[in-house]
Amino acid sequence: MKALKLKRDWIIGWLLLLPAMVFLFAFTHIPAITSLVSSFYSTPRGRRPAKFLGLDNYQRMFDDPVFWKVLGNNLWFALGTIPLSIALAIVMALWVNDKLPGRGFARMAFFTPTVLPLIAVANIWLFFYTPGFGLFDQLLGLFGLPATNWLGSPETALNSVIVVTVWKEAGFFMIFYLAALQAIPKTLIEAAQIEGANRWTIFWRITFPLLMPTTLFVSINAVINCFRLVDHIFILTDGGPDNASALLLFYIFETAFRFWESGYAATLTVALLVMLCLLAIGQFFFFDRKVHYK
Amino acid sequence: MTSQRISYDRTLNTVAAWTLALLWILPLAYAVWTAIHPAAYEAHFTLSAPLTLENFQKAWAAAPFARYFLNTILLVTLILACQFFLCTLAAYAFARFEFPGRSIFFTLVLLQLLVMPDILIVENYKTMRLLDLVDTIPAIALPYVASGFGIFLLRQTFLTVPRELDEAARIEGSSALGVLWRVYIPLAKPTYLAYGLVSVSHHWNNFLWPLIVTNSEETRPVTVGLSVFSAIDSGVEWSVINAATLMTSGPLLIAFLLFQRQFVQSFMRAGIK
Repeated sequence: MKALKLKRDWIIGWLLLLPAMVFLFAFTHIPAITSLVSSFYSTPRGRRPAKFLGLDNYQRMFDDPVFWKVLGNNLWFALGTIPLSIALAIVMALWVNDKLPGRGFARMAFFTPTVLPLIAVANIWLFFYTPGFGLFDQLLGLFGLPATNWLGSPETALNSVIVVTVWKEAGFFMIFYLAALQAIPKTLIEAAQIEGANRWTIFWRITFPLLMPTTLFVSINAVINCFRLVDHIFILTDGGPDNASALLLFYIFETAFRFWESGYAATLTVALLVMLCLLAIGQFFFFDRKVHYK
Repeated sequence: MTSQRISYDRTLNTVAAWTLALLWILPLAYAVWTAIHPAAYEAHFTLSAPLTLENFQKAWAAAPFARYFLNTILLVTLILACQFFLCTLAAYAFARFEFPGRSIFFTLVLLQLLVMPDILIVENYKTMRLLDLVDTIPAIALPYVASGFGIFLLRQTFLTVPRELDEAARIEGSSALGVLWRVYIPLAKPTYLAYGLVSVSHHWNNFLWPLIVTNSEETRPVTVGLSVFSAIDSGVEWSVINAATLMTSGPLLIAFLLFQRQFVQSFMRAGIK
């Protein structure tokens, strides 16, 4: 009787899972594997089928200066966006959680960028960056500084993209910190206050360590977003000038859908997947020791 | 600590918070300013500037935005309906049934949180060509319908449902699906609302995949439509582009301002789990 019930559970379980698994495999797991397979083949053209190339695509990737360039850009993008947006998110959450006058407005202001499409946001920022005419140059003009081609010069293009990304992401991360802050028992803070600890000490000794699990969650999300958020690049710089602001996913897009080299694009996708996995594992172990620290 | 120091500290914090908040809202405020004033006032801020809706009319007339909106609405509805259906069933299986391979499948589901369909554009495009679905709305939706995030979120919620309720319903003669429908789904309503808001805003805003897989007016969602519209760099005025920008984000923005509390709480709820 028990065994029969178990068998029935098996079948029901499998049947319930089946539809979701079909789609999950079809559009996530199988494509990840076929990316690996395609990366060993040439791009099929017209009637000419894909030819097995072995590691040629990988050789090409290692010799491709643009690949190294976008990888470097992605690293700089990560360093520029992740720590800054997380720090801002914590500060915002502390403020909004505090009983400041007008905190409803502040919360709305911080969170609004999250609900706007990145592509629409880029349109607005594009105007801010317009040389001579845009807001930045008008402000700098007040101090007698010359006009800058923010998006058009290699030195500033990527940083301009970073600013937009931080603006967009900080409010989103704030939400997670806000939830975590509200879960911290008030008695802990009060006890510390009675002991005479100042706000600074309370933050670093109590609040920040208790926020560690949130920081792990947010930073994994932030890392994934670093590789995923490329929408605004299409409007702001289109990867230019001379790939100064292109990120890896943007380069994959260009390779596959502008140069139509799907074989090489698959190789780049594999590189992206490997990097994502390594980073996720690395982060997990890096934080693992600190999260349980209390 | 003297009370004077506390109030000094407070003032400083308030000022800083307000400054940052104003800085954060500035881009949107600016977009609103240019959109509701004639082009001559783009970089010229006076209170006496005349108000106009002309920019919106021009933008609406210059591109088939009505069609784009329809496409986006169809798209987010299709995605949400499929996600609710698929994720509910899968989450129920993970939460309440014992079967071989459960933990392996669950790991595979969680793996999607890392390896999102967003980055598998090359192979997914090939699949869509194979299925002859390129340039259709289902092609935009399909990679996202089995959401690992949705399955995880619903499973966590279903796990909190007391077993007694489940068993009571079974004794009354409900089937497995009956229990799901009568016990689990009603109790998970807040999670569905939270997940729904997150999903709709995510897919309303999605750009890269729709850009790749659509190439006609009849399928383009608003984000792609907006990029096509603003890419015509000759002669389209800033004020008109900003009006179009606000229009595309408008429905979400208005919904957000009206239901701000629910929105923020939904994102919070979706995040904690």
